Amino acid sequence: MKNKLSGLAVPYVIWMAIFVVAPIIMMVVYAFSTSNGNFTFGNFADMGLYASVFGRSFKLAIIATIICLLIGYPVSYMMAKEGPRFQKVAMVIIMLPMWMNFLLRTYSWMSILENNGLLNQFFASIGLFDLINNIGMRMAANPELYVPIDHFNMIGTQGAVVLGMVYNYLPFMILPIYSVIVKLDNSLLEAARDLGANNMRVFRKVILPLSLPGVLSGVTMVFVPSVSTFAISRLLGGGTQMMLGDLIEQQFLGGAYDPYLGAAISLVMMVIVVVCMAVMNHFGEGEEQAVML
Amino acid sequence: MSKELIRLKNVSVAFEDAVILDNLNIYFNDKEFLTLLGPSGCGKTTTLRIIGGFLTPTSGDVLFDGVRINDVPPHKRQVNTVFQKYALFPHLNVFENVAFGLRIPKTDENGKKVKIPEKEITERVMEMLEVVNLKGFEKRSITSLSGGQQQRVAIARALVNRPKVLLLDEPLGALDMRLRKDMQNELKRIQQAMEITFIYVTHDQEEALAMSDTVVVMDGGKIQQIGTPEDIYNEPKNAFVADFIGESNILDGIMHEDYVVEFFNRKFKCLDKGFAPMEPVDVVIRPEDIDIVAPEKGQLRGTVTSVTFKGVHYDTIVDFKGYKWLIQTTDYHAEGSVIGIILNPDDIHIMKKSEYSGMFGDYSSYSEEYDEIGDASVELDEEESEDEE
Repeated sequence: MKNKLSGLAVPYVIWMAIFVVAPIIMMVVYAFSTSNGNFTFGNFADMGLYASVFGRSFKLAIIATIICLLIGYPVSYMMAKEGPRFQKVAMVIIMLPMWMNFLLRTYSWMSILENNGLLNQFFASIGLFDLINNIGMRMAANPELYVPIDHFNMIGTQGAVVLGMVYNYLPFMILPIYSVIVKLDNSLLEAARDLGANNMRVFRKVILPLSLPGVLSGVTMVFVPSVSTFAISRLLGGGTQMMLGDLIEQQFLGGAYDPYLGAAISLVMMVIVVVCMAVMNHFGEGEEQAVML
Repeated sequence: MSKELIRLKNVSVAFEDAVILDNLNIYFNDKEFLTLLGPSGCGKTTTLRIIGGFLTPTSGDVLFDGVRINDVPPHKRQVNTVFQKYALFPHLNVFENVAFGLRIPKTDENGKKVKIPEKEITERVMEMLEVVNLKGFEKRSITSLSGGQQQRVAIARALVNRPKVLLLDEPLGALDMRLRKDMQNELKRIQQAMEITFIYVTHDQEEALAMSDTVVVMDGGKIQQIGTPEDIYNEPKNAFVADFIGESNILDGIMHEDYVVEFFNRKFKCLDKGFAPMEPVDVVIRPEDIDIVAPEKGQLRGTVTSVTFKGVHYDTIVDFKGYKWLIQTTDYHAEGSVIGIILNPDDIHIMKKSEYSGMFGDYSSYSEEYDEIGDASVELDEEESEDEE
């Protein structure tokens, strides 16, 4: 029986070998090679130049993950506490943007955030800039030198990149947290109240620890794509907010053609992400078991 | 029994159109073991949830020590609950589960938050684990415990808070027969040792009779009878109680005068009085009270139609002029044999006619009756699946 069924796994094993294992091996080989095919650590030494890109990538990804968590947890919690009808509608609303192409969604944000984009046009039409200029003029020590503004700089900022990440990856935070909370046994919450816990304490001592596995997988699912994104930073960062994804892409497809360096950066990024996840999962281990119950 | 502790006054609960509790009036004495007994959907768990504070009655008052507590939330009541499926916290070990209630700061008379010192918490938890025979289990995870052990953790977790009342919602439902019997004794022992009120919900009549000081039989959101286990068994008030508690043959009879009842066109002596002359009544005869004699010596003569061996006794179905009785006897009477029976005055119990008259106590369709009895386990499964939804 077992042997019979295990035959079914063969195509999948082949698939994995060709498209997952082989590329990783190639990446490792490239990362330690020169263009002549000799072994070297030089690619890693060269990465020092891009320390700022590493820093920015992790900084923005962490910020985006935290914001997703701050928005996603309360949303998931409220959804889980509402009736099934509300849950269905909310689920559709959350999933709806994901039915659209990722690039399309990000391009839409571009046209919203641009200097003469929708948002700035809206601010102009309600007279926000006139108001600011008026006040600025009066407050300025030398009104002659005051430069009036006609738009906010939104596109091309780190804020825009974070916004793009949050917008694109928020559903990946909401769904796992929601599915854990909605499955929480109501009698556990009743038991906690029965033992004297008020609502705040029920949340802190029961709901929060039991929903931690959902939080962990949500954090993973937001952080990993965020740290490696290149389209979002390219489109909303206006080329000024280069991230790891952009850097790697440049090494393979861009002007700075150097696949050996690109492979090395990819490898380092992968290692860092894997380590982060391992550490986090270690903390969440006890709770993970709890949910299996 | 001592003084009254909890009283439900004219309590009704309705969800949309369905009436769950219908004008319930009941009081619970301090330090008594009281069981709410009834089939599923009778309102017993609803009653428990009202006392626990998880449900507010649609109308009526809940009094605790004379004070109305309708709007007091569960966490401020001097009541703790042992839930049907234990509801232990899976992320905490045995010790922390039991300590959960103790770690919550209490408000004293001056409105100040008071924490119980860690040393006292440890002492009280260990003491309680000893009471429930779980010494040495404090570091164990909940998932590693058996059903009976989880059950005892749940009891310890509730009792460690020294509540005035412990509510138990079918706590032994998920345990096997043997463990159930052990836990019944255990619970009774704990209740007597702790000297607090236990309000126990079950659909298992044997359990109710074995443990309780007082049994409250419920059906259709109403109380059918309140009494000691002996009262309930020996003097059932109506056909429902007679049928639900143990086995009963229930017949139509006519009360001719005090101490004389007629059924099967024959007058019998009985011990009941106070009925109107010629009042139609329900006559209850317990299957184990019937004496089988030789056919010519019997007051009634019938034919055995089926015999089932039950261990201690035989369940014998006997046909009396087309009306089938269940007789429990330690003697074997083969199918088809003719027997006589004798009914002594104290074997016959007379009840007033009620809405349940004619619904129970007929063994003509014996096998179906057995399905119904076997339903106890099915019923429990249904309740569990409801919970999961």
